[in-house]
Amino acid sequence: MISLAGRDILHGWGKFVLTSVGLGLLIGVTLTMGGVYRGMVDDAKVLLDNSGADLWVVQRETLGPYAESSSIYDDVRRSVFEMPGVERAANVTYLATQVRRGGEDTRVMVAGVEPGEPGAPGQPGYLTAGRHLARSHYEAVADEASGFRLGDTIRIRRNSYTVVGLTRRMVSSGGDPMVFIPLKDAQEAQFLKDNDAILQQRRRTAANPSLNRPGVPGMLEGVIASQGVNPYVNAVLVRLLPGADPEKTAEHMRRWMRLEVYTRAQMEEILLGKLIATSSKQIAMLLVILAVVSAAIVAFIIYTLTLGKIREIAVLKLIGTKNRTIVGMIMQQAIALGVLGFMIGKVSATFWAPKFPKYVLLEVRDAATGFAAVIVMCVFASLLAIRVAVKVDPAEAIG
Amino acid sequence: MRKGSVKGRTLLLVALLLPLAGLFVYTMTNSGPLAPVPVTVAEVESMSISPALYGIGVVESRAVHRIGATSPGRLLWLDAQIGERVVSGQVLGELDPVDLDERIEAQRAAARRLESLVAAAESRVAEANARKEYAEAQATRYENLRKTKAVSVEAADAKRQERRTTAAMWSSARADAEAARAERARSGAELQGLIARREDLKLVSPIDGIVAAREAEKGSVVVAGQSVFQIVDTKELRISVRFDQSMASGLRAGLPAEIVLRSRADEVFAGHILRVEPIADPITEELVAKVVFEQTPGTLPPLGELAEVTVRLPALPEGPVVPDAALRRFDGRLGVWVMENGSISFRPVVTGRRDLDGRVRILEGLDAGERIVVYSVKALTPRSRVKVVERLGDGA
Repeated sequence: MISLAGRDILHGWGKFVLTSVGLGLLIGVTLTMGGVYRGMVDDAKVLLDNSGADLWVVQRETLGPYAESSSIYDDVRRSVFEMPGVERAANVTYLATQVRRGGEDTRVMVAGVEPGEPGAPGQPGYLTAGRHLARSHYEAVADEASGFRLGDTIRIRRNSYTVVGLTRRMVSSGGDPMVFIPLKDAQEAQFLKDNDAILQQRRRTAANPSLNRPGVPGMLEGVIASQGVNPYVNAVLVRLLPGADPEKTAEHMRRWMRLEVYTRAQMEEILLGKLIATSSKQIAMLLVILAVVSAAIVAFIIYTLTLGKIREIAVLKLIGTKNRTIVGMIMQQAIALGVLGFMIGKVSATFWAPKFPKYVLLEVRDAATGFAAVIVMCVFASLLAIRVAVKVDPAEAIG
Repeated sequence: MRKGSVKGRTLLLVALLLPLAGLFVYTMTNSGPLAPVPVTVAEVESMSISPALYGIGVVESRAVHRIGATSPGRLLWLDAQIGERVVSGQVLGELDPVDLDERIEAQRAAARRLESLVAAAESRVAEANARKEYAEAQATRYENLRKTKAVSVEAADAKRQERRTTAAMWSSARADAEAARAERARSGAELQGLIARREDLKLVSPIDGIVAAREAEKGSVVVAGQSVFQIVDTKELRISVRFDQSMASGLRAGLPAEIVLRSRADEVFAGHILRVEPIADPITEELVAKVVFEQTPGTLPPLGELAEVTVRLPALPEGPVVPDAALRRFDGRLGVWVMENGSISFRPVVTGRRDLDGRVRILEGLDAGERIVVYSVKALTPRSRVKVVERLGDGA
């Protein structure tokens, strides 16, 4: 049996291929937009995953450490450690900053983690090159997206760090690559002012008569020394013992330590529901519009493609072709167009997705949904065209 | 329409569609969650690692001698600049004595006066003594005469009375002389005291060393206890190094250390640990150790300069060693992904010491020669398909 649809496609194959390429690119854009949205949500989730924490202990009445700034004393960790159900507790600081390498600046999120055992909360879970932090000062593990290479010397605030390890997909909720440095350096980077500010602070203190009294030697030095301390961190990451109830432990800490404690679910809610809520909704809105527009365009293309063939259909009718054959031809063509377009779209989206500056996550489920939507759209659009085709008067073929 | 051309077109279209379909299948299976995870694999090596400790410290002198005033006063002169070498006993400056010199002079005059007073009192003693002796002789003589009744009892009594009077006068003169001598001694001691106080106004270096700081200038008023100069002993230069407590096992006195000064980053000085302080810092959770240079650098590092210190511990006996990047946490346990017949499985391990190059000694769970996953582009699960590659990305 000769496939009428196939023959027709072969007849006008240039037109068919070009149309499917156009359709494919459109589907590719839609898939990519979906990927951008998924990537955004994934960035937020991956931040939580990578921290390896079950609980986040932060300053009271803040949504820290990601959505709001939070600062607590670094010795809180010890009291957290004593709480029932806690396996490990680790101090962590986060600082969004510019990191200098050579002459250029890169925007990164600097995470201060306690060097030591890999896999401890806060530490990168896996590396793609190099090694973990081994010294307690002046080493860094960077995300590949930062563009840093092993052995690079980068400057964060007042100290230089050697990149000793690389990792991947360690990003802040905003998608900035993360750089891990030892906690003590990070505390200094975050809370220690620059030299000018320190000097001016000293001068200001020296000019204050109540802090620099004549006849009390050593007082000024003591006051200045007390200004240089920075016993703060942004959060304490807590990993629970297997089987411990996060909510119960969190409640216990909230009650007795008078600190804010978030569980994984609450943290996700903060990140997704508050921090990236508007921007992700923005993308989602755009995605919906794009999907609708793509659907409309697919429908129009198939409809006009069929209308263009109305004369030939009339001829088919004239020679006594059954309606079912004609309907089959139109529908097969539409589905072929859809399948081809989807393939082109998927391939192109996969190829350009890694080129995006931020993470684009193309999920199989999204692709499957997209494929189903495309086919449904094509069938629906072909129905419109079929209605026209079936109604066509065979006389038109002559007239 | 000729048949041949249709066949040609079909072939062309198929030729066009086949690569597309191939590409599609390739992208579906090689990207996203279905794609195999590129990993690098290494063999567990049996080797000896020498763990090392790393800390940062501050250059300091064993002791800083703060030289200052013991009493309030104005600085009259200072004669030592920062960085200058001074010797033990050298006078570096002096406080204004105000009226102390005059008071010393007055005390000297008073002492001289008391000297004369003592002399006068002593001559009075001699005089009283002479009188007393004469009166005694007279009294004896008259007593003998009275016995022979050559003189009257009254005359003899008068001589006896005279003897007693002169004796009392002699005692009194002696007491006066004693008092004058005591007064002279008091005045002498007072003079000595004033001279000592005068000496104390001088700022004297107690050691051979260099002037590290000069904290007040000529003319300024200092209070008692305020330091004016800081003198440090350059022979006793050391580095107070802080080691993270959790990463400092094996730290002990005598271990060799490599010292890098912050201002001379490309120079490594040899040193050793002098002692580990018995008191750790509970706030910063660090141990403090004193490290000394084997040979004091030619140009002295300034006190307070930061130094990085690496302490090499003795090498451990051979055993299975893995890169620390291979250690992963999965399902709440620390372990490695072992590669066997192209698939991976998680194996919990017990880790031992590690060195500063990221090599970790495995105590339990792995044998040398097993193949393990080192790097991967994402977290692994037992269901992950993996693809072994030489290296990941272009980062390495």
